[in-house]
Amino acid sequence: MKRLSWFPMAVIAATSTAILSMSSCGGGGKPDNEIWIGAYLSLSGQQATFGKTTEEGIRMAVEERNAKGGVKGKVIKLFVEDNKGQTSETQNAVKRLIGEKVDAILGEVASGQSLAAAPICQQNSMPMISPSSTNPEVTKVGDMIFRVCFIDPDQGYACAKFSIDDLKAMKAAILYDQKQPYSTGLADNFEEWYKKLGGTITTKQAYSGGNVDFSAQLTTIRDSKPGIVFIPGYYNEVPSIAIQARKLGIEVPLLGADGWETDDLAKKAEGKLEGCYYSNHYDPDDASRPESLDYQKRFKAKYGKGTSALAALGYDAANVLFDAMERAPSLSGKDLAKALAETKDFKGVTGDINFDKNRNTLKPIVILKIEGGKEKYVTTIDPPKN
Amino acid sequence: MLETLIHGISTGSLYALIALGYTMVYGVLQFINFAHGDLVMVGAWLSLIIATSLGFSADSGIGGVLAAVFVMLISMVLCGGMGVLVERLAYRPLRQAPRLNILTTAIGVSLLIQNTGQLPFVFGTETGTMTALINDSLPMFHLGDVPIYTLDVIILTLAIGLMFALDRLVYRSKVGLAMRGVSHDVDTTALMGVNVDRVISLTFFIGTSLAAAGGTLYILKYRQVQQPADLSWIMLGLKAFVAAVVGGIGNIRGAMLGGMLIGLLEQFTRRYQSPELSDIYVFALLIVVLLAKPTGIMGKPVRTKV
Repeated sequence: MKRLSWFPMAVIAATSTAILSMSSCGGGGKPDNEIWIGAYLSLSGQQATFGKTTEEGIRMAVEERNAKGGVKGKVIKLFVEDNKGQTSETQNAVKRLIGEKVDAILGEVASGQSLAAAPICQQNSMPMISPSSTNPEVTKVGDMIFRVCFIDPDQGYACAKFSIDDLKAMKAAILYDQKQPYSTGLADNFEEWYKKLGGTITTKQAYSGGNVDFSAQLTTIRDSKPGIVFIPGYYNEVPSIAIQARKLGIEVPLLGADGWETDDLAKKAEGKLEGCYYSNHYDPDDASRPESLDYQKRFKAKYGKGTSALAALGYDAANVLFDAMERAPSLSGKDLAKALAETKDFKGVTGDINFDKNRNTLKPIVILKIEGGKEKYVTTIDPPKN
Repeated sequence: MLETLIHGISTGSLYALIALGYTMVYGVLQFINFAHGDLVMVGAWLSLIIATSLGFSADSGIGGVLAAVFVMLISMVLCGGMGVLVERLAYRPLRQAPRLNILTTAIGVSLLIQNTGQLPFVFGTETGTMTALINDSLPMFHLGDVPIYTLDVIILTLAIGLMFALDRLVYRSKVGLAMRGVSHDVDTTALMGVNVDRVISLTFFIGTSLAAAGGTLYILKYRQVQQPADLSWIMLGLKAFVAAVVGGIGNIRGAMLGGMLIGLLEQFTRRYQSPELSDIYVFALLIVVLLAKPTGIMGKPVRTKV
């Protein structure tokens, strides 16, 4: 026993040296000819797809802009921090970025993460643009927080309207993730609109992100005999839910929202999502926007694959920011936020971008159908008028 | 009702399998191996890697079952070896130290496994998908109008079978006698000519390979293999631990009973109470049992461990 006791110590010493040498310490200041932009994204963890795809869009925007001479004649440098899909990591990442004196921050996709970061950005007068967080609370945090996508009351409306008008489903069950503000908010928005439009909610069931067994909730849903099941969750749990739902005998279509978007959703669900629908930000096949078609060509050339809505929104968020930086008299938080708020008819890839008084963007919602393992465009629904 | 009962038994037998490992180690060493839940994760990931690299595909016949058993056995051996290694490097040097030190070390080991597992060249941070080795879209038979699936039958049979095998091993074999000896009095057992280190290593090997078996069955059932540090692994380990304690930690049949109870409680509260609160009911049961009978349902006061 004594003989071996040096060994664990040696292992600990070796690993800790390795870990210490890997973590870099920021250091150094920002040179005058550079503009620094920070992004906090979930590059790993449960929503890794969100972070990775968004980063592709942002990175492409930065490279293209630098190739055209940057902003105000300065080179843009991008700093990406991985928050692992955890709010505590998000807060650390954003504090670190602010500490390094970046000029603006981009992020996040999941509303829960954006909600964790927004108060810190607001307190530090740091403009933040969320590419794709749809929960309305995100921009309510303050005048430094913007987004380039639609909000969940509109998305909930679109899903409800589509179920009733197009699918003629007058009875819906809801299955939502009680741990995600995105999911709870959207579930409420959908319920409100669905009832307003004349439908009934047969049951509303919750799960927690990280659950793997949904059989009890799905049994309740099946027995309530809905015409459609609305699942405003994130892509990670959706394939399991679909497989278990079909196994339990739920045959009606499942309907989701933008949180479903990931490369291999249909494949992961092993065909059990055939004939299901989800709402999203963007239809890449929409030929009416030259900006979009052009962007897709460049995206394909760079990454060798088609774009996702999240990548396109990341691209738009970055370009809206560059546009505002160019117009702002200085890059101070106040000036930049003012310039951002004055954005007028910016020709984005995903649509024209104007910020309303709550710094949200009004955009139509696209409905996609999963058919033959691929997403197909079905229809576009405009946000409700009021 | 019947349907929920079956769902409960099916998840319960998974908890029971994992709880057996907790109980086994506790029975011999009187300490809770908090890294056990992470070893379940390692076992699951190893099975996924083995099945994918051997190119096993979905199979509805007996071939799939054989492939699953094969994958599970390799994963059990590898994982068991890892358990022995963990004991040797992390716990053995602390054998004379106060109990609290080992407990803290166990939490450290757990974090180490989780974080090493996330490295890109280990398991990475993406979700994996396990092949449906045992076809679960066609039911084996119907009980009333409730379909019963092959996999669930296999899991239940395996859990009960392993429980009896362990029971026999501990109470009816020479090694078991040595284990019980170590559990009562290490020094005297050593004086009787028992190689204590080897007995403890063996205990860890069996306990950890049970974790791997649990992990393999878990991903065969749910198929989505979450990344190493995912909350679902932590919850799985925690619930199995609760099962072991509720049943009476150190007691093999208790672990089985505890696992079933937790599985049933979880499914019934989700179905008939509220899914939002099902975890709360599980942990409330732990508190109630600890208050009413601190040694657990089947635990006898003080003496008998294992």
